[in-house]
Amino acid sequence: MDTTVANTGSEGKTWGGGNDPLKASYGKMMMWFFIVSDALTFSGFLAAYGFSRFKFIGSWPIADEVFTHVPFFHGNYPMIYVAFMTFVLIMSSVTMVLAVDAGHHMNKTKVTWYMFLTIIGGLIFVGSQAWEWGTFIKGEYGAVQTKGGNILQLVDNTGHRVAISDIAIDAHGERVEHERKNGLWFVDEGALPMYTVDEVYNGLVANPDVVVRTQIINEEGHKTVLSREESLSKLKREGVLVVQGANLHVNEYGTSLFADFFFFITGFHGFHVFSGVVINIIIFFNVILGTYERRGSYEMVEKVGLYWHFVDLVWVFVFTFFYLV
Amino acid sequence: MAHEHKLAIFRGTVKFKSNIQKIWGVLIFLTIITAIEVILGIYKPSMFMHTWMTPFEGGFFATLGNIIFSPIVYMKPLNLIFILLTLVKAYYITWDFMHMRDETKALRRMVVWTGVFLVCYLIFILLQEGGYIQGVYENGYVKRDF
Repeated sequence: MDTTVANTGSEGKTWGGGNDPLKASYGKMMMWFFIVSDALTFSGFLAAYGFSRFKFIGSWPIADEVFTHVPFFHGNYPMIYVAFMTFVLIMSSVTMVLAVDAGHHMNKTKVTWYMFLTIIGGLIFVGSQAWEWGTFIKGEYGAVQTKGGNILQLVDNTGHRVAISDIAIDAHGERVEHERKNGLWFVDEGALPMYTVDEVYNGLVANPDVVVRTQIINEEGHKTVLSREESLSKLKREGVLVVQGANLHVNEYGTSLFADFFFFITGFHGFHVFSGVVINIIIFFNVILGTYERRGSYEMVEKVGLYWHFVDLVWVFVFTFFYLV
Repeated sequence: MAHEHKLAIFRGTVKFKSNIQKIWGVLIFLTIITAIEVILGIYKPSMFMHTWMTPFEGGFFATLGNIIFSPIVYMKPLNLIFILLTLVKAYYITWDFMHMRDETKALRRMVVWTGVFLVCYLIFILLQEGGYIQGVYENGYVKRDF
């Protein structure tokens, strides 16, 4: 019946409808649009990190001195473990492309195996991330925070870090943690620091070769180390709190903004990896069950593949701006 | 569905026989770049640690010159190298792993130009303001407030 639909005479022409000029399916295109918006979210975070860093350009922590640990090994290995994590993620990206490629050839066995390897890679990465967080939160040497919120670290005369717990002289019983059972029943107090500033000061007096290192970065790009006299007076005058490790309030490595951004950006990225792994597992089972075999196309693998590569792409930037630059 | 892959990278300098070979080739390339980054990051060669140019002094054209040359006037060469290598890596991840190379020009531009434009804008605004606040801290009397 020609009466219901107007025949415009433009069928088969460019503007006649029914074209797909981008030659991409709806799902794939929407995945790309999502990726663009998510990329803007991440660049918002990284640009905010840059903002704060430019604000404190003369006192920002040096990443090489913060991330120096490798699981099961003692010693100072800056960047090695992050480089390993980067490689794992790139590798899992590769197995993902191989899965997509096998999907194009409708090879179910290969898709299954490559998806499996991708999931394993993702799990290794998330596990490494968790370990890295744990190490960062636990801290290593400890530091003293000043009234102005700056951090004073201790070094010996060769420039190596000295742990607070190694020099502090324990003065027992000065101050006990307040608990509900022995004080006000309706008030809680957070855990007290292991040492008081006075105990650290006494330790500094007793160790003549230990000096204070401030956050200020000097001409050579190192943190400024104070003289012995300056160290003693600075710690006495300005020290208010002994901090160990990092959380959202204090950070033994430097400005607390560094820790905040570390948790926020790597956390948000880690959450992406985690959800990527979950989505990959769902697709993995769909592959095993033969869903895409019956559908006649493995395009779904390609779509989650896009997401997975995007997570890898973001990590490349996080790696540069958090650990390298 | 037919899946055509463009198999040449580096503007046609390196051609691969199959898509799988291309994937491994790109992996090797990305691994080499990451290794270079890590080695530079650990050893920090002193020649890359100081800017190669000092800012121009003078009037309007000096300011203009500083803006045009800002990556080498204000940034340590090492950091510039890291950022460039990162962009190279991002290009090959997007083009070969995400198959951007095989998409239509329109899709490619829609995704890349939109992202690049907005990200550049964001970075400019935030870094400019961060630098300004740093100047206030340094030259003014505000010690620290947040």
